[in-house]
Amino acid sequence: MLHTVNKSPFDHNTFETCLKFARQGSAVLLIEDGVYAAAADTAVSKRVQEALKSVSIYALKPDVEARGMQNRVMDGVRLVDYGGFVDLVVEHNAVQSWL
Amino acid sequence: MAQETPDRVSKKFLYVNCKAPHGTIYALESLEVVLIGAAFEQDVSLAFVGDGVYQLTKGQDTKGIEMKNFSPTFRALEDYDVTKLYVEQEALQARGLTEADLVVPVEVVSAQRMAEIMESQDVILSF
Repeated sequence: MLHTVNKSPFDHNTFETCLKFARQGSAVLLIEDGVYAAAADTAVSKRVQEALKSVSIYALKPDVEARGMQNRVMDGVRLVDYGGFVDLVVEHNAVQSWL
Repeated sequence: MAQETPDRVSKKFLYVNCKAPHGTIYALESLEVVLIGAAFEQDVSLAFVGDGVYQLTKGQDTKGIEMKNFSPTFRALEDYDVTKLYVEQEALQARGLTEADLVVPVEVVSAQRMAEIMESQDVILSF
């Protein structure tokens, strides 16, 4: 399954909730303010690193760049463009959008 | 009898910015209101707390999401005599940011100091 998260992990708990329900091998795509979870050296970065052991985490590059986070994305989080977003949707059986 | 001109009413306005810049319209709307308030020669301060600190980060490039990048506008505030920008220390720290990552010079303050700044205002507008 593909999970998308569009809220900042510092302002909402949807990212945390997503990780709770994301099973081994799932993909998590961070979009909009959700991309802040991809930044290194933050209060949530350890949690993200832990999650990377069991799920794939992607961040939407245009949203990352809009927020000036392009040089802060932690190792292990993969950047995708809009085409990559579509590919992820096609590759997975269902999409869960955490709002 | 000559009528005395009343002193121009000037109040202390604080704009509290709590939200990240592009996910909602709050940040841009706040900046618009700040510029209007400044044109009325009020005593304006800006506070950035929580995700609000993200509004000031350097390197924002919004071409890919086809939205306005208003972060350079913060650099123009000085021309409107808006120079009191307060940023919450803990918010920066939790997000792995320092003052050097911000587009304008700011005063980084503790939550306690921020609370004092809020107490000293006449009007607080929160975005």
